[in-house]
Amino acid sequence: MIHKYKLNGYNIVLDVHSGGVHLVDELTYDMLDNVNPPFEEKCPENIIEKLSRFYDRDEILSCYEEVKELYNEHILFSDDTYEKFAKYSVAAPLKSMCLLVTMDCNLRCRYCFAETGEYGMKKRKLMSFETGKRALDFLLENSGDRENLEVDFFGGEPLMNFDVVKQLVMYGRSREKDYINKHFRFTVTTNGILLDDEKTDFINREMSNVVLSIDGRKEVNDRMRTHINGSGTYDEIIEKYKKLVEKRKHQNYYVRGTFTKHNLDFTNDVLSLAEQGFKEISAEPVVAPAKEDYALTERDLPAIFSEYERLAQAILVSDKQGKHFNFFHFMIDLDQGPCAIKRLRGCSSGNEYVAVTPDGDIYPCHQFVGVEKYRMGNIAEGKINSDIRNEFAAANIYSKDDCKNCWAKFYCSGGCNANNYTYNGDIHSPYKISCELEKKRLECAIMIKAAIAAEEQQED
Amino acid sequence: MKHIRTINKANLKQTAIKGGCGRCQASCQSACKTSCTVANQKCENSK
Ligand code: SF4
Ligand code: SF4
Repeated sequence: MIHKYKLNGYNIVLDVHSGGVHLVDELTYDMLDNVNPPFEEKCPENIIEKLSRFYDRDEILSCYEEVKELYNEHILFSDDTYEKFAKYSVAAPLKSMCLLVTMDCNLRCRYCFAETGEYGMKKRKLMSFETGKRALDFLLENSGDRENLEVDFFGGEPLMNFDVVKQLVMYGRSREKDYINKHFRFTVTTNGILLDDEKTDFINREMSNVVLSIDGRKEVNDRMRTHINGSGTYDEIIEKYKKLVEKRKHQNYYVRGTFTKHNLDFTNDVLSLAEQGFKEISAEPVVAPAKEDYALTERDLPAIFSEYERLAQAILVSDKQGKHFNFFHFMIDLDQGPCAIKRLRGCSSGNEYVAVTPDGDIYPCHQFVGVEKYRMGNIAEGKINSDIRNEFAAANIYSKDDCKNCWAKFYCSGGCNANNYTYNGDIHSPYKISCELEKKRLECAIMIKAAIAAEEQQED
Repeated sequence: MKHIRTINKANLKQTAIKGGCGRCQASCQSACKTSCTVANQKCENSK
């Protein structure tokens, strides 16, 4: 399977099953519409005839030879040999946990999927140290030979329960010593309101990553990210974020925003954050029911597509000016990325990753919290429902009909199970809008790499 | 080659044979939290 597209003046061909990325000329681009394996020794006359209306015969012949050569090297039209590996998509040790240390929030962001900290549940709650401690023990006990254990403090707003966060980090560190090779990687996601010097320093010392929520331009942020009284938050958080990032030497963080129908020109938000000095930036499409005025619908797709293209071009321009920054969804390593096995399995929610609520209830991930059908058990019971676990463990790109034949499958890995469930009622049924966005982002990400490669070649 | 330039190693198949060690991070856990792009993660198997 190949996928070819034109973007920003480049003709790009992705060979799906080898991961090969090729930059091709117009002739090859057209040739690929007309040829398919198996390849005949000589270019068939009908193809020559068809293409010779636009191209020189000798060129056509040499192009055919090149296509054939790459096919023989298995980097063009390479076979799908992966389905057998999908069988290994079974329950694996636990290695990541999302701790909802609060189900309460000090803000009322209009689009919050956690429904202002309540996750569709009525009561606002804080996790006790006892429950958190049991959760960490549970993770340790079920982590098999995994060495790096990720724990994300999430909410609601986790800084509202920061004492427990601190105690849990200390507890985790003390438990590491009981094992030869286990190490916690703590991370935190915050809205910034409660950040002060003490918390900043603690976070920078103990957390291997920190996600700072902010939507970009002040007016955009303040429209959605508001206090209970409706006032905006930008001015309060921006300086705190700068300070925190400065103090951690710009390492291992994201400023993360959400874009909605109200800021389909979100490139300006990303650039605004870059101008403020941030180098690791993420902007996510909002997850919301279509009835909301800010929801993204199919009709917004063309606008979002061209915006992603504009953003990709802006990134290339910034790079040239020596003002490099990363956009999370365009980051892709075409050589050293995750192995194919990982790509087959996807996000590992409900299998290697679970979320735990303040009551100790276990869900496949933070976005499933409150979905009774997928409550996997409680930390106090010390075990999780193996049927649910197996169902999630078996979810992979070959178990999802739409994904099997999708060109993006090794980059997207079958999408977000939670989105699939929310929109289609089935974790195996990808949500079409997410698919379209993901595919566009990948085209942009690959184009950026292609542009850099083309540039390097010119310099040689 | 004159018409085609391959810009990467195209080594996905090799990674299937050696891969699957499970050291790497779970997908959307510590980054974006609302969507999944597995391909932008790092392989952590140094062996
Ligand atoms: S883009 Fe959609 S169909 Fe393609 S792999 Fe991702 S979830 Fe599956
Ligand atoms: S199901 Fe979606 S939200 Fe949950 S861990 Fe996977 S990608 Fe993330």
